[in-house]
Amino acid sequence: MGLMDLANPTRFLALSGRLLPWLAGLTALTLALAFVLAIRAPADYQQGETVKIMYIHVPFAWLAMMGYTLLALSALGILVWRHPLADVAHKALAPIGAVFAFLCLFTGSLWGRPMWGTYWVWDARLTSMLVLLLLYLGLLALRSAIEDPNQAGRAAAVLSLVGFVNVPIVKFSVDWWNTLHQPASVFRMGGSTIDPSLLWPLIASAVGFTLLMLTLHMMAMRTEILRRRLRSLEARAAAEAAFA
Amino acid sequence: MLPDHAAFIIAAFAGSALVIGALIGWILLDGRAVRRSLDAMEARGVRRRSDRTERGS
Repeated sequence: MGLMDLANPTRFLALSGRLLPWLAGLTALTLALAFVLAIRAPADYQQGETVKIMYIHVPFAWLAMMGYTLLALSALGILVWRHPLADVAHKALAPIGAVFAFLCLFTGSLWGRPMWGTYWVWDARLTSMLVLLLLYLGLLALRSAIEDPNQAGRAAAVLSLVGFVNVPIVKFSVDWWNTLHQPASVFRMGGSTIDPSLLWPLIASAVGFTLLMLTLHMMAMRTEILRRRLRSLEARAAAEAAFA
Repeated sequence: MLPDHAAFIIAAFAGSALVIGALIGWILLDGRAVRRSLDAMEARGVRRRSDRTERGS
């Protein structure tokens, strides 16, 4: 089965219906394993047990950026190929990405208070992540402000493409500016600087939360496809009633 | 014995669990509401022309 076959809403519903229970089970197992690994991981020599917040904060940050990257790719699908499933994927992903961006800021401020002595500073990393959250919220507001779903989809696609410029800014802000936030320590030239005893629980947690995002996105996409079918049925019923 | 800054660690994990739980609940409830409305529409005899067994499981 090719990608274009899968990009058919009916086929997507059938395939995702079979896949979802397995994906949800795998997500629960991976997150449970990651939680155990995080609890058993050693304390950091400087940060003590506070480093445990890393096991949720870092995956949330990665997923907030990955979510927005996927939104930008879906936006291309909406604007270039005008594919209905791209619009479904875009609409379903925005609230999920917004939650991960919020959780990144929430857990980061709770990590920052004991380590830096403050919940918040206006440094480049924190500020660009806040901008990412505001972009997600802007997308949600834009969709709900425009009544015509096609027009709303195109407007949201344009905003997500324009806003994508912020994703590399978030990633490289710690290299381009002098920030209180530490520089990259996992994905960097020369390899990770984190000890394997701390790195493996982090990888397990990142895989678990990525699976969670995938599962939730698939569920939300299924609902969105059904919502569009419901809308067209309601329109048909209203038209039939008008001509009866 | 609880480690230093335990309140921050617990608040981060518990708060995240709460927010993710709310997101999962919202997605589940939204899906259920849409399915219920679709079922009600079909019960009234309004169906898609191409509808056979394609709503998935």
